Order: sequence, then structure tokens, then C-alpha cells
Amino acid sequence: MADPITKDPTSYLSHLELGEPDKTFLDSNELIINMGPQHPATHGVLRVILKLDGEKVLGTECVIGYLHRGVEKIAENRTYTMFNPYVDRMDYVAAVSNGLGYCEAVEKLLNVQAPPRANYIRVILTELNRIASHQLWLGTHALDIGAMTPLFYTFRDREEILKIFEKYCGARLTTHAFRIGGCQYETYEGFEADVKKFLDFFPPKIDEYEELLTTNRIWVERTVGVGKISAADCKALGVTGPVLRASGVKWDIRKALPYANYSEFDFEIPTGQNGDTYDRYMVRMQEMRQALRIIRQAVERIPEGPIMAKVPKVMKPPVGEVYHSIEAPKGELGYFIVSDGSTQPYRVRVRPPSFVNLQALDIMVRGALVADVIAVIGTLDIVLGEVDR
Amino acid sequence: MLDYITSYLGMNTTPGQAGNIFWATVYILVVFGGVSVAVMAMNWLERKALAHFQIRLGPMRVGPHGLLQPIADAIKLFTKEDIIPAEADKFVFWIAPLIILCASFTVYIVVPFGPTHAITDLNIGILFMLGVSSLSVLGVVMAGWASNSHYPLIGSLRSSAQMISYEVAMGMAVVSAILMTSLNKTGTGTLSMIGIVQAQQEQQVWFLFKFFPLGLIAFIIFAIAMVAETNRAPFDLPEAESELTAGFHTEYSGLRWSLFMLGEYAAMIAVSSIAVTLWLGGWMRPFPNTLSGETWDLVFSLVPGLSFLGLALIAFIGVARMPKHAYFRIQTIGLAGFGAVLGLIGLALFAPPVRDRIQDIFWFVAKVAVFMYLYIWYRATFPRYRFDQLMKVGWKVLLPVAIGVLILTAIVGVIF
Repeated sequence: MADPITKDPTSYLSHLELGEPDKTFLDSNELIINMGPQHPATHGVLRVILKLDGEKVLGTECVIGYLHRGVEKIAENRTYTMFNPYVDRMDYVAAVSNGLGYCEAVEKLLNVQAPPRANYIRVILTELNRIASHQLWLGTHALDIGAMTPLFYTFRDREEILKIFEKYCGARLTTHAFRIGGCQYETYEGFEADVKKFLDFFPPKIDEYEELLTTNRIWVERTVGVGKISAADCKALGVTGPVLRASGVKWDIRKALPYANYSEFDFEIPTGQNGDTYDRYMVRMQEMRQALRIIRQAVERIPEGPIMAKVPKVMKPPVGEVYHSIEAPKGELGYFIVSDGSTQPYRVRVRPPSFVNLQALDIMVRGALVADVIAVIGTLDIVLGEVDR
Repeated sequence: MLDYITSYLGMNTTPGQAGNIFWATVYILVVFGGVSVAVMAMNWLERKALAHFQIRLGPMRVGPHGLLQPIADAIKLFTKEDIIPAEADKFVFWIAPLIILCASFTVYIVVPFGPTHAITDLNIGILFMLGVSSLSVLGVVMAGWASNSHYPLIGSLRSSAQMISYEVAMGMAVVSAILMTSLNKTGTGTLSMIGIVQAQQEQQVWFLFKFFPLGLIAFIIFAIAMVAETNRAPFDLPEAESELTAGFHTEYSGLRWSLFMLGEYAAMIAVSSIAVTLWLGGWMRPFPNTLSGETWDLVFSLVPGLSFLGLALIAFIGVARMPKHAYFRIQTIGLAGFGAVLGLIGLALFAPPVRDRIQDIFWFVAKVAVFMYLYIWYRATFPRYRFDQLMKVGWKVLLPVAIGVLILTAIVGVIF
């Protein structure tokens, strides 16, 4: 249990107030177990130290960093253009959103505007990616709670989105779809037809997922009232995204601080009231439908024109700093970039939604049962690549 | 010697009752071998059916349509390294899977596949089955304890609590069915498995439909409790993969792990056969009183052969749909061979002497197979219950309802 660097057995267990954890095993009611980093339901290499009284959770501590790749440091040794593909590797299930945030942040720094057609393409792909990300969330979350089948249904339908990505830019997951100043690629022949086909194909599939889960008695029992978090707690912890919205706060950066050309579209922000796992589930399900609405408007109105703004071949943004955030599928994804006038950023700091949302885990599961920890990790929709960066 | 062997054939009892050791041994070998084969078939069927629920193909590589997959799995498990954790209690660790296996196989002694097709007929048959099958909880607790590890311990604690609490509701449901056996002229009921089916035969009704809906409710309670009893989805908390990695058998591997699996599937078949015996008329064919008469008897006696021919037909359709490529030649031949074997069995089942002897066994197995399919269906559809909810369902819903049904059954039985 000791920290490999400090060799101190208690260093990981600060707020759990445990001297020698393993001594208490079987001698008292308290039990310390390590959930992860190799565990089927921690969505990667998250390690959660659980302090249990029987099945009841007395406290948790997350240990992260198993997937730390130093993305922010890498940025300091790459040019602005070269760093672009790296951001795809943070939240690898929503790579398009990551790319959008980064490109827009650098564009803000360079003071260029992506042309309208590029913005439309960006919105279409980003919203498709939001759906793909929510599908992956739904499948794994349902699997964690024990429903195996939705996973395969969501993956089947996610495939259609990935096919569009693949046709557009050649990659399915880490797409690197956007460039600073616009898009590299013009849409392929039949792009709009493909997207429209997906728009008609997908709504019945959402109904199918909902049929399996929304009114399922066991699903409702497992999610209603589980992992409750109040709006005040959310705000205090900086939790954003569907988790915040499920607690009743109508905060969506697409509406609050519109980026790309989201202000041109008509859509609603779904919110919940109770801030429990069921509300978060419902919020995300509705978000998928809203995303379809945005895509439909975008694909109908997509203008002709250039897809790339005039950006210099060698990018040397003026000295200064910029913070730009977008509404990624998981919450507010922010990029803080400091430029020293050279071709490489002086510092890049990423505000990943998963990392911040993960802080809420302890509040949400204290006093709950072991099974709820799994449900809550699932409902927070974390991606460890983004938590650790 | 030969006389000893042939003397049983004329008798109208089970070999155990007749005291014929030779035939008892044969029956034991056939039943235990049959259960082992059924477990393997169930393994294949579960993977295949589950895959098709989940828009996958399932095993397709080993043999045609993965038919040899269970055998490949068995070989893999037998040759795997058998790990015993350093901190484990070695003896308990070693004996735990054996206890589960023994408990779930021993119950087959009294399972009545037909009026004479059982190893023996105990006069406390159902009690014996419930008692012995609940011994497997001992193996679960021992496995969890001996592993000396957190996840198995939690898994085994969950498991013991779950199995014990659901046994109560299960027992109540069983008692209400046994009560129904005593509704005859003499007023004496029976606990014998064969006797229970014969009581249904005498009363001309499956206990499922007796005192509608009382029998049905008792049956549903049993059907829920038996899923919990065998630790299957949606009550698979002891081995909840997403929570406890593998529950009480997390530390087991190779052969020992396969013994757990064997025990689990055998237990599933065992409790399903209890349900079939108590409520679904055991070996009796469907609609014995509404569709009675010589003609219907003949029609129903052809069903076993026809169903095997149907399976053969499915195999041959599979042959026709096989890709026409040299790579698939052996698989195609294998599948055709499999279909031919099924077809021959089907034809053999049409022969009158075989047909009459196989009738009871076929209907019993067919009814159990429905339950096996339901197990797979549950697993594909339902999320998992949480521990406290599971206990709530067991103690606050199933038990009171079961007691209510028991009391009502008694009252209704006295009045009518």
C-alpha cells in the first residue's frame, strides 16, 4: 500500500484517517479495499480506495495519474499546429470536441475567425461526437449496473457516427478533424446525405435504449436517489456538464458563452431536478435528441464557401494569454494558452471536465453502498485519459 | 447375474427402490454424465443466445458455429495453471469448489425424469433436494473465506446472506405446492418427487393452475427465488463482475474455477427441475386432459422425434448457408455430420418402443430447457439489483406473499 516514492504507507490515505489499513481487516467492521487501478468498472486506470463498513461506504479517495502522459508539458515543446493531434488523445471518446476547443482557443489568440462553412462542419461533427460519447457512456454505465445488452446496441449505432468520421477524415476515434483556422478537409461527396440518413436512423434507436432502461424497475431502483448532489455542491466543486444540469442548473456554454456558431441554432438545455443518477441519465438521453436537432438545422443550412481562414504557415501568436472553453460532452472543456510570441506555446493548461467532475465522487457516494460507487463512477462519465492528461 | 440385470426391466419402480445396484449405477452414470453434457451444452447455448440478444455472433471459430467451444474451453481450463494464493487457507480453498460441486450434483439422485426414470425415489425427496442444494452456500462461504482477500470475502458474505434469505421464501412456496398434493380422498400428501407429479396426475391439473391464481403466484415466487438462489442475473451480486470482479471465486483459476461453473450450472438445472416437478407436471406431456385420447397421445409422442428432426433441419440450413470456400470445408462437413446425427436420433425416436420409453424424459427435459432459456433471457435484459434492494425484495415482498399464498392455499384446500 505504500507510496512507491515516499515509501510512506499512509500517504495515500490522508483524509480517510487510517494508520495501518490492513491491520483493521477482519478485526473491526471497517474494511479498506482498493477498487482499481485494474478493475472492470473504473473506466480505465482509476484507483478508488474505499473505506467500507460492511457494504456501506464510509469514505473514498481517488488515486489518479496512472495514465499521465504529460500532455500539457508536451505542448510546450511543440508548435501550435503540431500540438493539435495531441488533444485528441485526452478525451479519446470525444476527440472532435477536444480539437474544436483547442483550435478555437488558438484562433482567439491569433485573432482569426473560422469561415462560416467551416463552423457548420465543426458543429455537425462535434454534435455527432457528443452523441457518440453519450452512447459510449450509456453502454458502459448500463453495463456497470448490470444490464449487458445496451452496450452492444449503443456500439452498433455509434458505428454509424464513426463511419461518417472515417469517411470525412480517415480516422474513427482520434480524428484530428479540425485545423487552426478552419477545417483541413472539404466534406466528402454525400456527407450531408449520410448525416441526414443518420438523423432519421438514430431517434428510434434512442427509443430502443429507453425501452430497455427508462422504465425498467431495477434500473429505476438502482439509479433514483443514488449519488445525489445538490446544485450548491456542484457549483462549489466546479462540476459542469450533464452532472450540473441534472442538479437543476441551466448552464450550458453553448448557450451561455456561444462559440463556433451555436448562437444560430435553436435547441434546448435539458435539466433535471434531483441531481441523482436517474436524472443524469435522463439529461444525457435528452441531450442526444437535442444534438440531433442541432445537426438537422446545421446540415440543412450549411452554406457554400471557403473552409479555411487565412492563417500564416508559421504561427506566431502575439504575446498574451487566452482562456477558451467549450461544452464538451462531459462538461466545460477549457484551454488556457499563454503565448510568448514564439512558435511554441509558453504554457498550455487544460481544464478537463472529467477531472473536475471526479472530485464530486466522494460527496456523492459517502454513506451509500459499494454498488452505488460503481453507478456513480459510471454516471460521472469520466475518461481517464482526460483526468490524467 | 444376467437374471439380476434383466429382472429390473419388468419392474415398475426406480432402480433405487427396487434395490437393483446394477441399474442404479447405470442410472447414476447416465444422469451425472447427462448433467455434465447438459452443462456444456448450456454453456454453448448461453453464449450463443446471449450473443444473438446482443447482436453478436458468439463463438464461431471452434467447430461449426462454435459447437466445439465448450470442449475447447474445458481443455483450456484443465491445462491452465492452478493458482493457490500464498495467503490462502489451502485445505479450505481446495475443498470449497468440491463442496459446491457435490451439493449441486447430489440433488439429481431424486430428480424424477419419469415415473421410473429416477435414480431413486426418497419419501422426503423435495426436502432432500432443498437441503442438499442449500449446502452449496457452505462452499461459497468457504471459498470466500479461504481466499483471504477482500473481494471474495464481500462476495461470499453477500452470497450467504442472499441464498439464505431467498431459501425462506422458496421454502414457503414449496410448502404451498406440497399442501396441494394432500388434496385427495385420503388427505395425505407426499414429499416424494415422483409422488408430487403423480398427485398432479391424479388431480388432473398442474399445480401451476391449481386454485388459480394461488398456484401461479407460488410458482412465480419460486421462479424468482430460484434465480437468486443460483446467483444468476439479475441477482448475481455475489459475482457482480462490475463491482467485485468475480465475487467469491475471484482468486480461483483453471480447474477449480471450472468446478464452480459446473456447480453453478448444475444447480440451475436442479432448481429448474424442482420447479418443473412441483408446478409444471414433471414428466407429463402438455394438455393431458383437454387433448386426450389415442390420436393426441400419438401426436404428442411424435414430438420428440420431430423436434430432433427440426434441429437437424436447422443444422442443414446452416450447412447450406456456410460460405462456399475451401477454408470452411471441414466445418461444413462437421455441421452436416452433426445434423445427420441429430436426424438419426430423431428417426430413432419414432420407433414405438423407444418412443414410449423416452416420452417422459423428453417432456421433463423440454420443460427444464424453457427455464434454462429464461435464465439467459434474464441475464440479457435486466440490470443488477443492489444488495439492500435484493434483501428488501426477498424479505418484504416475496416472503409475505409466499406466506399469504400458503395460508390461502390451506384455507381454500379445506373449503373445497
